[in-house]
Amino acid sequence: MVQALPEVTNCLATPSRRWRLGAWIALLLAPGLAIMTVFVAAPLLSSFRYAFYEFHGVLPSAFIGFANFHDILFDSTYAVSTWRALAHNAIVFASLMIVQNGLAYLIAFALLKALPGHRLHQVIIFLPVMLSAVIVGFLWKLFFHPLFGLVNAALALVGIQGLPWLGTESTALGAIIFTNAWHWVGFPALIFLAGMQRISRETIEAARIDGASDTVLMTRIIWPLVAPSATIVVILTFIGSFNWFELPYIMAGATGSPGGATDVLGLFFYRTAFGSASSGLQDFGHGSALAVLMFLFIAIVSALALRVLRAREIET
Amino acid sequence: MRGEPIKHGLIQALLILNAFVMLYPLFVMVMSAFKSNAEIFASPFALPESFAFTNASRMWSETSFILYLLNSLIVTAAAIAAIVVFGTMAAYAIARYPFRLSSAAFMFFLAGLMVPLKLAIIPLFIQLDSLGLIDTRLGLILVYTAMGLPSSVFILTGFLRTLPGELEESARIEGASELRIMLQVMLPLARPAMVIAAIQNAVPIWNDFFFPLVFISSDRLKTLPQGLTVFMGEYNTDWGVLFAGLTLAALPITLVYIALSRQFIAGLTQGAGK
Repeated sequence: MVQALPEVTNCLATPSRRWRLGAWIALLLAPGLAIMTVFVAAPLLSSFRYAFYEFHGVLPSAFIGFANFHDILFDSTYAVSTWRALAHNAIVFASLMIVQNGLAYLIAFALLKALPGHRLHQVIIFLPVMLSAVIVGFLWKLFFHPLFGLVNAALALVGIQGLPWLGTESTALGAIIFTNAWHWVGFPALIFLAGMQRISRETIEAARIDGASDTVLMTRIIWPLVAPSATIVVILTFIGSFNWFELPYIMAGATGSPGGATDVLGLFFYRTAFGSASSGLQDFGHGSALAVLMFLFIAIVSALALRVLRAREIET
Repeated sequence: MRGEPIKHGLIQALLILNAFVMLYPLFVMVMSAFKSNAEIFASPFALPESFAFTNASRMWSETSFILYLLNSLIVTAAAIAAIVVFGTMAAYAIARYPFRLSSAAFMFFLAGLMVPLKLAIIPLFIQLDSLGLIDTRLGLILVYTAMGLPSSVFILTGFLRTLPGELEESARIEGASELRIMLQVMLPLARPAMVIAAIQNAVPIWNDFFFPLVFISSDRLKTLPQGLTVFMGEYNTDWGVLFAGLTLAALPITLVYIALSRQFIAGLTQGAGK
């Protein structure tokens, strides 16, 4: 990891120079290390500890073992929300994999043909990625408005009776997932495109000469060769889906309205830790336990998925 | 080969349709910013009757929009400056000097890449509270700096290691101090990597909503995304003003993006590859 730099070692001849160089290195590292220690390492270690405490306000008051964890997973006041939220996160992940990333793959394949305007198209699909989820969420919340929203106005033009998309239990989560896909599709598309552009021209030409159709090219030739890009996209989508917070918070509120139909782990964690409009109570103990469980779940599943996906990359 | 032109035409048509789906909502947002409520409700697809800045000027005079914008600028600029300066310093030490704890220091920074800091929000809150930094811009800036340092140390260490040692060595023989060698010989060469590190961190910090939501409660300290939620609640029934607010909030980053789209796309997609 660290290759020896002989030219520096030569300068270390005298002890006093050596000492001064040591001080200089320490000075360079100090601010970065200090900030990382205070704002990353220390909080992270405490977060595991806090999960085992009962809290009064911001102060841990009593060590209570695994009680917080038990409540989150099995006590009906918490567990109902936990498992329902987890199921919603899983739906979000699966839907984004199919809708957002599937579409992204098709867009990348179309852009690979380098038709006129393909560079401009890359700039266009990446534009929403630049915008805050708050802007995108509010914009689509207005568009999904049952009476005055653009979506229902457009449907009315083609003779379809619209719905209160965000106010109906069966469609609210879907509407937010759609918004997420619109917001982010450019990101996986450009990751896939970069992966496809790394495939040698000869490989694709050879397949074409052998008479491979676009469908065969896309599914049999290119797909295995962009496996590293697919790995990145799957892992990032997984982490993003299980940390999902800003878009549902803006579009459905902290309680995941209507009736918890859009409640996800991020919202449940926020309500538990910092209180919601209905209960203004902070509960750092249960909040910490939930955060630790989410962290472990995401870390373990990502690590396993990474192993499986990397193995697949080598196979092909 | 005979089918190619037709197929390309079809693919081009689908791409144009896709571009329309991506851009039209933003186009409607901008157009609606010039409309009155009556116009938005009666003719949502039409162009505005006039391009008067009535809604925008109401935002300007009646809300704290400018204040939110300034807060976002201050917080983002300060955090990016700290990330690039402290990140470069640490990366320079790790990449250019062989000292015993070099790889340990590097791993300590890298471990930060694996940690979703948002899930450590409770201990962070307690930490900031004990330092008196809750509801301050400095608190936000320090948290963002901690969030951005790992990626900037990673990018810059990788880059600085590739620089040849000859330059450094000849400056050293001429008797230049280590500080001068760093500032005048080596770092000018590392500028491209610094730009990537800055862009990669600037976009998520500028857009962030979660940390201000938890840490900032005074209206005068709120950042733009957070301020937007205040304002969307207040003007709830005045859609022209709402669209004007969204348009103005989206404008700064959109302009920078249009000017530097290549660097932004490269910076953000490369960051994902790590």
